[in-house]
Amino acid sequence: MKATPDFTRNLTEPRALKSFILSTLTVACTLLACVPLFSVLYVLVIRGGKRFSLELFTALPPTALDTGGGIGNAIVGTLVMVGIASLIAVPFGILAAIFLAEFGQDTRIATIARFSAKTMTGIPSILAGVFAYAAVVMVTGTYSAVAGGIALSLLMLPTVMLTAEESIRMVPRIMREAAVGMGCTPSQVMWKVTLPAAMPGMITGVMLAVARAAGETAPLLFTALFSDYWIFQGGAGDLMEPTASLAVLIYNFSGMPFENQIELAWAASLVLVLMVLFLNITSRLISQRKR
Amino acid sequence: MTSSTRNNQAALPASDAAPDEVVIDCRVEKIFYGNFLAVRDSHLPILKNRITGFIGPSGCGKSTVLKSINRMNDLVRNFRFYGHIHFEGQDLYDKKVDPVTVRRHIGMVFQQPNPFSMSIYENVAFGLRLNRYRGDYDARVEEALRRAALWDEVKDKLRNNGMSLSGGQQQRLCIARAIATRPPVLLMDEPCSALDPIATRQVEELMVELKKDYTLVIVTHNMQQAQRVADRTAFFSVDITRGGRTGYLVEMGETTELFANPGEELTREYLSGQFS
Ligand SMILES: Nc1ncnc2c1ncn2[C@@H]1O[C@H](COP(=O)(O)OP(=O)(O)O)[C@@H](O)[C@H]1O
Ligand SMILES: [Mg+2]
Repeated sequence: MKATPDFTRNLTEPRALKSFILSTLTVACTLLACVPLFSVLYVLVIRGGKRFSLELFTALPPTALDTGGGIGNAIVGTLVMVGIASLIAVPFGILAAIFLAEFGQDTRIATIARFSAKTMTGIPSILAGVFAYAAVVMVTGTYSAVAGGIALSLLMLPTVMLTAEESIRMVPRIMREAAVGMGCTPSQVMWKVTLPAAMPGMITGVMLAVARAAGETAPLLFTALFSDYWIFQGGAGDLMEPTASLAVLIYNFSGMPFENQIELAWAASLVLVLMVLFLNITSRLISQRKR
Repeated sequence: MTSSTRNNQAALPASDAAPDEVVIDCRVEKIFYGNFLAVRDSHLPILKNRITGFIGPSGCGKSTVLKSINRMNDLVRNFRFYGHIHFEGQDLYDKKVDPVTVRRHIGMVFQQPNPFSMSIYENVAFGLRLNRYRGDYDARVEEALRRAALWDEVKDKLRNNGMSLSGGQQQRLCIARAIATRPPVLLMDEPCSALDPIATRQVEELMVELKKDYTLVIVTHNMQQAQRVADRTAFFSVDITRGGRTGYLVEMGETTELFANPGEELTREYLSGQFS
């Protein structure tokens, strides 16, 4: 007599029970990991959301006992300084990455550059501020958007360089071979085939670096300081003036004893998080479209 | 040791009335990778508007010789070629020759389909842009895709990425890319080995179709494929007598003749499957 096997799931069996508990645990931990982001977003929306109006984006920050006001100059300041930082870090980082990935893979300089970049990614951001203070603020004699941009570019450069190198390496060898077979010179292989194929990965890296730089406070405290005025009132000379930024505004206003300023600090935080979120989602979409 | 290279000038089937013109006269004396002698003493005349097949056991230097023809091997460090390859009145290994220009005149299709990560249209237009073609791109792209028997399958999605196609379609896209600039000679290194039987058959039909306008050289590890498509076949083998593993041409001739009546004992043994 052969007993027919019972295929129904039986949770009392130790094997099944263990598997059930473990998989429940993993799901629970995954959900838990989402909690911080969503609770931060929730608090920001509740506390910062009520100041969301046109005024927030167009007005200057209020003085101590004023009512109303906005964070317009800080938004512009952050965009300008992140822009300056990108103008420095992106071309440098990508050209360096081309060398690291393609032409000088195993050379001594490549090894040293890669090692320094990896170390740089772990260095506290305040050091970038101190360095830019010594190298730019002291030399030019003024806090400025340029000094802030340079400090931020130091933080962006290693991320841009390392992710770009990785993206270039990921381009299949056979694709480069095809380009050579079509009669491309080495630099044509790079510009016409390898870089376009690596582009989504490189853009992702740049976006992540920008997102990180946009939220940095410490490097800007020493370099751009803050300003209660618009950065653009005339020509480019304004780039050599102290400049407002969202991060420093949050830092300044959150410590003030005035409800108006504290509300604006919350609103600025929400704007900053939305900017970072926007960059992250865009970079995801770009890297997904490639598949 | 001499490898007998048969002269088939007289043995051509009458149906192929085209005059026998040697477009590429490939005379390998020695090919080295570093100190390793990979191929020696092989004379391979490639006839115009014919398909020449390279067969032989793996490691006998088929790819090495093929890639020497368009100077792809220049990419390999320590690669050294001794001999001559004459094409359109010039020795491709002359010091004055620019390998980049050579590759623009001798197209290549690889073992693994390797479309660029760009649209189907741009894949085909790539060589045209590279050569600064001034003319109707749409027409040339369509023509190349039609000749590669791919037009009907892709005409509605020319903007899609070339890598989104199936393996067989990708390989035909690579063929379209290679023929868009109308190079007189097309080299193919085991172009079907990554394809399923149906795609293989399509590509084989394509090759036969293409020989009206192109001269083709294909490497294949598949003897049936050589019989189906190649007009002439070159059989390579490996010589292990002198301690090395050196490839060389055993014999070359009309495919039907070579398979029916091989001139060398080694060829007979290989064709009857006694080694591979
Ligand atoms: N890039 C290379 N570097 C060193 N040796 C190589 C290289 N490519 C091929 N070889 C050697 O040259 C010989 C011929 O290889 P290959 O031309 O690829 O043979 P086949 O295509 O007939 O299989 C083999 O022994 C192989 O190991
Ligand atoms: Mg091979």
